[in-house]
Amino acid sequence: MMFRISLLLLTVGVANAADYVNLPGGRFASVLPADATGADVDVAPFAMRSEPVTNAEFLAFVQSHPQWQRGRVASVFAEPRYLMHWQSAQKLGSDVLPDQPVTQVSWFAAQAFCESEGARLPLWNEWEFAAAADATRADARNDPLWREQILAWYAQPAGKTLATVGGPANFYGMRDLHGLVWEWVDDFNALLVASDSRDQNDPDRLKFCGAGALNLRDRDNYAVLMRVAMLSSLKAADTTNSTGFRCARAATPSSQGQLP
Amino acid sequence: MKQVIYAMSTLLALTAGQYGLAADTAPAATQGYIHGDFGPPRGEPIHAVLTTPPMVPAPTQRNYPAKVIVELEVIEKELPISEGVTYTFWTFGGTVPGKFIRVRQGDTVEFHLKNNPNNKMPHNIDLHGVTGPGGGAASSFTAPGHESRFTFKALNQGIYVYHCATSPVGMHVANGMYGLILIEPPEGLSPVDHEYYVMQGDFYTTGKYREKGLQPFDMEKAIDEKPTYVLFNGAEGSLTGDKALTAKTNETVRIFIGNGGPNLVSSFHVIGEIFDHVQQEGGTKVQENVQTTLIPSGGAAIVEFHTEVPGSYVMVDHSIFRAFNKGALAILKVDGPEDKSIYSGKEVDAVYLGDRAGSNLAAVTQATKAATAGKLTKEEQIKAGQQLFVGTCSVCHQANGAGLPGVFPPLAKSSVIAADPKRPIDIVLHGLSGKVTVNGQEYNSVMPPMTQLNDDEVANILTFVLNSWDNPGGRVEADEVAKARAQPAANPAAGH
Repeated sequence: MMFRISLLLLTVGVANAADYVNLPGGRFASVLPADATGADVDVAPFAMRSEPVTNAEFLAFVQSHPQWQRGRVASVFAEPRYLMHWQSAQKLGSDVLPDQPVTQVSWFAAQAFCESEGARLPLWNEWEFAAAADATRADARNDPLWREQILAWYAQPAGKTLATVGGPANFYGMRDLHGLVWEWVDDFNALLVASDSRDQNDPDRLKFCGAGALNLRDRDNYAVLMRVAMLSSLKAADTTNSTGFRCARAATPSSQGQLP
Repeated sequence: MKQVIYAMSTLLALTAGQYGLAADTAPAATQGYIHGDFGPPRGEPIHAVLTTPPMVPAPTQRNYPAKVIVELEVIEKELPISEGVTYTFWTFGGTVPGKFIRVRQGDTVEFHLKNNPNNKMPHNIDLHGVTGPGGGAASSFTAPGHESRFTFKALNQGIYVYHCATSPVGMHVANGMYGLILIEPPEGLSPVDHEYYVMQGDFYTTGKYREKGLQPFDMEKAIDEKPTYVLFNGAEGSLTGDKALTAKTNETVRIFIGNGGPNLVSSFHVIGEIFDHVQQEGGTKVQENVQTTLIPSGGAAIVEFHTEVPGSYVMVDHSIFRAFNKGALAILKVDGPEDKSIYSGKEVDAVYLGDRAGSNLAAVTQATKAATAGKLTKEEQIKAGQQLFVGTCSVCHQANGAGLPGVFPPLAKSSVIAADPKRPIDIVLHGLSGKVTVNGQEYNSVMPPMTQLNDDEVANILTFVLNSWDNPGGRVEADEVAKARAQPAANPAAGH
């Protein structure tokens, strides 16, 4: 009982209490197979924020957690460009909209934010599972149209102003998984796509930890490949203009957000 | 060859320092000979001067191995790919191809790859001139807003392609991520009057050739290897008109010609010139008297020729549909006195292409804007049509609309146009073959359908024709063309 109350209090403490949506999970054909034989992965049921974390939400977080403010954060947790687009440590300024997804945040900062609302960053497979859907199907990845829409976003330069969150919902009710920002995942460091992606079946590969994960099995699915490549180029303290995040946590028995 | 240089260096070790060879290879004598390794860098580090195409940095003029610092920034940006058409290119230094890098064999190159903070993608660089796994790719994988550094020794001389090798490699290359690095031989290249930098690439857009607006990358076309554009230096018109390469008569021109691909092999040819020297595939052996040289995807060559006759020389990929229907066309303009003893008379092709290249198609841009805004006037149509007529129609019907008697029917004061001013719409869209009588003379040949022209372009060309050369006047609108395009071809014999 105490457990439940404390968690509820935490949730109330966050501005614009996040909308978590349950996802069923299940056996899933990831672009990164579970093992060297290319097996499917098992995704346990989980809940995920329907939208990326916004500037307003992250501002509330750094106000209640001053150690994560720009200028105060430890340099091992965030590079110098952390939140540099905000006007100041505690002010967004006129060029930054409250409803835009927060970007220029490090993995550490994203993880801390999620912990503050009793959650965590999603695993890659959870994110991938949720993002495989389109508006009507749980897994639309074989539809060329699905891929083209994602690729069209890649064709837009990042210099343009970011849209605000709240795009159309997919099959699970998730929004903005594609077409807005890259998103941190908990295990981004395990996405060991070689930095030179052409050395398939390199005889040296077994010398490296995690090298078995090198074999992207869905090689013609460039749309997903790009996201894996992007995440694998980052270190946990890095930030970029187009990398944000959303949080995940264990699934709840009903969609009302009730804890057991 | 290396053995020869080594032997020479021993012989010349006591002679004047102007022999770069001697200065270079002296240390190697004690360390054992290493291929192209002339020992540790000497002197102050040098910041390499990089140039944007079609320019080439000046020769290094050095006779010792140095440490050379190269700084290259990756920039993702929207640029014109054709008149009124833009594309989001990914570039090394803001241009396609990327900046030209020039170092000397034996140099130690400290390479800084910067990924602009406004970029969306991670990038890296694989230089074909690097000896080592991945050509630097694994050491230069860089997230947006970051910089990577790696160092290599330029062991082999030659002209080498560099390109991005980040997943998905094909897309990064297709978006323009390639360029050339020249590793000069120790003695330098022979002096010439002009050095130019030209690189071919194939591009894949969802819209068709010259379809206006921002065109996204088309993955299916790229996998099928069916490009929308095949271009020199990243844009149609990048080396024509005011931007044509220039030379004078009696000069030597050297072109570093590369091919970024991602898919096509280039049959590089300069119409009206013969390459006196070609370093095929960028290698050291020189081939002489070459008409067309093959540039592999991810390869380059050095071609040299001497200019004798003034005029416009058209560079093409001689897989020739790429030149005339996909944009693989550039111009070298040679000025100077005529030498009738070498060349006298007029080459029809050259004139047509020269005219085409000479216009900047400004009126076409104007008409496109006006059409988008719904304010297109007949006068704008005529102006745009006049520019499009040159190069598209004038090759057969001639610039004055007179045609060639018995071969190509006249458009000037044409009886066919007078009989039905709208008939040309169908002829342009669907072609015309078989007998046709124009101004009392019978013609029997084939005009192919001009499907590469869009509705606006057809409307503008025909409005120009209707209002020229004593034709009846009037106007053709894009809507009429669109309707006619949807119809099957009219019976070619009808009305005759």
